[in-house]
Amino acid sequence: MMDGDIRRNTYDDGSTDFETGEQRIRNFNINFGPQHPAAHGVLRLVIELDGEIVERCDPHIGLLHRGTEKLMESRTYLQNLPYFDRLDYVAPMNQEHAWCLAIERLTGVQVPRRASLIRVLYSEIGRVLSHLLNVTTQAMDVGALTPPLWGFEEREKLMVFYERACGARLHAAYFRPGGVHVDLPDQLVEDIDQWAVEFPKVLDDIDGLLTENRIFKQRNADIGVVTEADIQKWGFSGVMVRGSGLAWDLRRAQPYECYDEFEFQIPVGKNGDCYDRYLCRMEEMRQSTSIIRQACAKLRVEKGDVLARGKITPPKRGEMKTSMEALIHHFKLYTEGFHVPAGEVYAAVEAPKGEFGVFLVADGTNKPYRAKIRAPGFLHLQAMDYLMCGHMLADCSAVIGSLDVVFGEIDR
Amino acid sequence: MSEALQELAAIIELKRPEAVQSSVIVHGELTLAVNLANLEHLVELLRDDPACRFTSLVDITAIDHPERAQRFDVVYHFLSMYRNHRIRLKVAVREDEMVPSLIDLHPCANWFEREVFDMFGILFSGHPDLRRILTDYGFRGHPLRKDFPTTGYTEVRYDEALKRVVYEPVKLVQEYRQFDFMSPWEGAEYILPGDQKGTTK
Repeated sequence: MMDGDIRRNTYDDGSTDFETGEQRIRNFNINFGPQHPAAHGVLRLVIELDGEIVERCDPHIGLLHRGTEKLMESRTYLQNLPYFDRLDYVAPMNQEHAWCLAIERLTGVQVPRRASLIRVLYSEIGRVLSHLLNVTTQAMDVGALTPPLWGFEEREKLMVFYERACGARLHAAYFRPGGVHVDLPDQLVEDIDQWAVEFPKVLDDIDGLLTENRIFKQRNADIGVVTEADIQKWGFSGVMVRGSGLAWDLRRAQPYECYDEFEFQIPVGKNGDCYDRYLCRMEEMRQSTSIIRQACAKLRVEKGDVLARGKITPPKRGEMKTSMEALIHHFKLYTEGFHVPAGEVYAAVEAPKGEFGVFLVADGTNKPYRAKIRAPGFLHLQAMDYLMCGHMLADCSAVIGSLDVVFGEIDR
Repeated sequence: MSEALQELAAIIELKRPEAVQSSVIVHGELTLAVNLANLEHLVELLRDDPACRFTSLVDITAIDHPERAQRFDVVYHFLSMYRNHRIRLKVAVREDEMVPSLIDLHPCANWFEREVFDMFGILFSGHPDLRRILTDYGFRGHPLRKDFPTTGYTEVRYDEALKRVVYEPVKLVQEYRQFDFMSPWEGAEYILPGDQKGTTK
């Protein structure tokens, strides 16, 4: 018998080849993670392998479970806002956005136009932040080292914009029910615009590194193919949908905030594989840059308040110095918090990773009765078993990379 | 928007009159209260009917109302990418009742149902693999029930002597702070400290 021949031959006299114990064991179970650099956090995959082919892939999640939904039930609406930064910590403000929209829909608050524009601006910055991280680390997962270094340089600049707007690089707590926390200085808008002018050049550089790269293409093309039927069956959203040719984007399909007045294209892929999803993300960054520039142009002319003054927002600092009522309002707002009328609402935004939704059940008090966070990554990761079956073990990291999973939002 | 939803609700009620208990449109969202026995049929109709085409399951979750006999509300969200509308189904469930699993209709119900089981202890009949999903291996209790304390029952630490992680009952230096900022003359339903005399009369 040749070495490595896996057939078991039977001979005329009824005897068979001798099999060693090792040969008799066929499938091999391995643990991928939770401490694996390509696991994007704390993912543990239990993979059953037939040789190098994945037969079964069982993701074990919950290693980053913090009980956000339980904690939210004992805190006021405003205190709950910072929890959303900690979900998808790669693009924090997009999560806050969903929470604010849910509260605003229940209380019927109209956000001032300037605040709305600032929200769009920062949501798009968040999208670029997330895609930059994803595209470049996906490249790292399949063997490239330079893209993450270049991408992180740009991320650093965007973090500075976060910091200049709200004082925090990551956990912003900047979007508030009724608007945004503070107004942007004029110079910041100019600097963001300047950045948006320069950024396509950096994208071209990353593009040049990756798009036609032989290794990158070989590792991603035709891997993890998603069809239209799969999208419906597994509840995909975001780039997972657009990579397969469906032009579905909540910003366009169910416009929220003031996205309906912006000009942008929805890039779609053709084959629904990891490579097309990469291409979609690259193009979305370009589109986001264009939205950022449009928002900056609008912000230059649109001046005014950034908070809908009323029960759910704090009074102006100046008013508090002179008006007793304003002072009481401020004190009550930050201790008791505002009350939200009883009702149920589901607010979804097009987060960088897909549809991020909040299902809020209010009972008329100052705390949510129940808040369910619907994270896109949860569904994407769930399809891991389906997507991986029949692929090679080495494709695992390519698929995880292109699913764009962040454990903050999956484990909650 | 809401006229379209009203029409949709009328169509569904016409086709499955036995399943739909009530339908309301609040904040531009259609919510149907459904009875447990007809849930699967209704979901199948929603998925396949050309007027509905709710082919993607967005979310499954539950709400706990400990004071009700039918303690839980299981809430389903569906989305139709083709007709661009959403719908919410609510099913009231008693603690000892099982909810039919939707895995055959929507494979992505798998993890959602595991999560609801994990968090609320609601059982799904027909689910192939109803394990816990988010909590620790060997966790006890269902955290999102209202009678589960936010602090939990056990805490973990690394024991230097045993050289392993040990589980111990929660010991808090300070009581978990459940702030109550409701004005006493507005909302408080309990006796304020110092007010006990007033109620003995």
